[in-house]
Amino acid sequence: MRYRAFRRMQVWDACSEALIMFDKDNLDDMGCIVENNVIMHALTKQLEAVSDRVTVLYKSKAVSYTWPYPFSMADSSPWVHITLGDGSILQTKLLIGADGHNSGVRQAAGIQNVSWNYDQSAVVATLHLSEATENNVAWQRFLPSGPIALLPLSDTLSSLVWSTSHEHAAELVSMDEEKFVDAVNSAFWSDANHTDFIDSAGSMLQYAVAFLKPTKISARQLPPSVARVDAKSRILFPLGLGHAAEYVRPRLALIGDAAHRVHPLAGQGANMGFGDISSLLHHLRTAAFNGKDLGSMSHLTAYETDRQRHNTALLAATDLLKRLYSTSAAPLVLLRTWGLQATNAVSPLKEQIMAFASK
Amino acid sequence: MWGGRKLSSSGSRFLGAHRSPFRGTQADCPRLTTSAAYSKNQLSWTLQIKPSVFSEYRSMCFKSYSMTFACLNRMKSYSLPWTRPYSTSRTTVDSSEVKTFLALAHRWWDEQGVYAPLHSMNDLRVPFIRDNLLKTVADHQPGKPLSGMKILDVGCGGGLLTEPLGRLGASVIGIDPVDENIKTAQHHKSFDPVLDKRIEYRACSLEKIVEETAETFDAVVASEVVEHVIDLEMFIQCCCQVLKPGGSLFITTINKTQLSYALGIVFSEQIAGIVPKGTHTWEKFVSPEKLESILESNGLSVQTVAGMLYNPFSGYWHWSKNTSLNYAAHAVKSSIQEHPAPAEFALKEETEEVRIETSTNSGVHEELKK
Repeated sequence: MRYRAFRRMQVWDACSEALIMFDKDNLDDMGCIVENNVIMHALTKQLEAVSDRVTVLYKSKAVSYTWPYPFSMADSSPWVHITLGDGSILQTKLLIGADGHNSGVRQAAGIQNVSWNYDQSAVVATLHLSEATENNVAWQRFLPSGPIALLPLSDTLSSLVWSTSHEHAAELVSMDEEKFVDAVNSAFWSDANHTDFIDSAGSMLQYAVAFLKPTKISARQLPPSVARVDAKSRILFPLGLGHAAEYVRPRLALIGDAAHRVHPLAGQGANMGFGDISSLLHHLRTAAFNGKDLGSMSHLTAYETDRQRHNTALLAATDLLKRLYSTSAAPLVLLRTWGLQATNAVSPLKEQIMAFASK
Repeated sequence: MWGGRKLSSSGSRFLGAHRSPFRGTQADCPRLTTSAAYSKNQLSWTLQIKPSVFSEYRSMCFKSYSMTFACLNRMKSYSLPWTRPYSTSRTTVDSSEVKTFLALAHRWWDEQGVYAPLHSMNDLRVPFIRDNLLKTVADHQPGKPLSGMKILDVGCGGGLLTEPLGRLGASVIGIDPVDENIKTAQHHKSFDPVLDKRIEYRACSLEKIVEETAETFDAVVASEVVEHVIDLEMFIQCCCQVLKPGGSLFITTINKTQLSYALGIVFSEQIAGIVPKGTHTWEKFVSPEKLESILESNGLSVQTVAGMLYNPFSGYWHWSKNTSLNYAAHAVKSSIQEHPAPAEFALKEETEEVRIETSTNSGVHEELKK
């Protein structure tokens, strides 16, 4: 079972010495990295436990949808009708679209989607570390081509997420394993992108911070080295940003990637989806206890407002960070170096960031 | 056409006395009190139904023939053109109002439409009813807190409050004198197989039900109804009769204060158009004190009175300590069998109301405003 609670996160720049370290005061668990298969397995088990109330139709596909009119018209059914691939029709008071960033439900409903593609693809792989360690730190380094992250899965295994240009990603996936491992290691360790100017500017601020807050000096640590990569575990997928203009319509709610798509640099994509679920559940629960029709817009719009506020902020911040870190132009590097160092020095700010990400 | 026609539907005004199939409807006359009055779930929606309706809320037990004559006389004396009985001229019916009503009858379920404030009032009144009823039972099924309860929704309109109560597990009977409303309500619930079984709608008046359903309901709900009723005393008595001993009566209505005139009539109807003009008559508003006294004198002990406030900008209702506008009341019928005080002895402390008593034998009180 591959999952690991981590206690610290180090995020640093390839173009300077700046870094930011997140951890909890008493080194409690900050979060958990869980392999997707583990989550799927847990969900399947839970579904089996409630199989008297939940029916899962595997290997089925929704072909078309019929939406209800805004209010009760003569003979039309006020519910949503879904036609499946095998011809059967389901009708429901509330349809929840959770079908990913290319959501068929969203398209069928005609909901506008603001989206653009990044010029990056992400490569994911499972890596074997050279030596077994406690492995409870998450590492991320911003290279000019894109961030590379090493996330702990077990004492000897870590998960890799490397966002980089499309060509480089294709190369990485197809190159042989040794070369790949070397590329990963050097991405984390090499200081080739440093410039003297930035280095000195960075250390200036560092002295200032040390002067003001002598106890809070984080020394840059290096992630564990990688020995092997799991065969056939290298996959790549393109990255982009997406945000649905509306999360809800009468009798329809979008959650997860169907509503929003984000760059993996902050590791928040799935978390936003979980947050959507938690919010929708809360609103549906209250509505049901008040005897309301579950598809009624009054509580669905409350869910939408709730989540759009949170998600839009996170999407915007992630997009900004992506653009900020995609360059090695000196002024921007200086800006982000100082910004990162300053943020690192302000603990309440870091705590706020951690709290926001855990919502 | 005035004759055997049941009240309501097609939004026309029916002048009363001619509804022969209806017993006890002699007293149709008072309906004529002007404006809007009308017994349904309201806030508006009923310009159309001006006269009519009220008679239903008259208990049959108190029919009084002499009153009928008095009524008719009074009818004539009110110079409202459309109130002349036996008039065959249908010109008194304003066809544009009929159209409005017809259009509105289908708008019950448009949550952002004319009835939006009523839809959002459910956020207050359903928990109010649910929680107070839950207090009377030891435990409940998690998914259906009201299962096993029988509830009567008087003046149910399009079923806005009836459906949530049905969804919470109760068996609900919704009555409304307007056929069209019942049709809309029936149609709306027909799509949901669960609700279809739990709810029953009838286009009739409260008095019709009193005979066959005496003491069978765990709860009676009269939401936004009593401010349209002519004879409140009678109405409450009927409600009491159909309640089981220990059963609950839930009322939401509007207080009779200067503030409710300013905000409820002037602002809501004439200025902001939140409520169609003429829907409410300030004289018919009922203060909580008066309501309490009528309830208590009929063997219903008042448990809660709570103020409600509508925010027209957000469209949401809130509970408030202030009952000077809208308020909700919960009363419980005493478990000791107690006959409701005969009408002759009904309390009349609120002398601010203009009450016209008709002949002494009937003891039926009409409140004819104006």
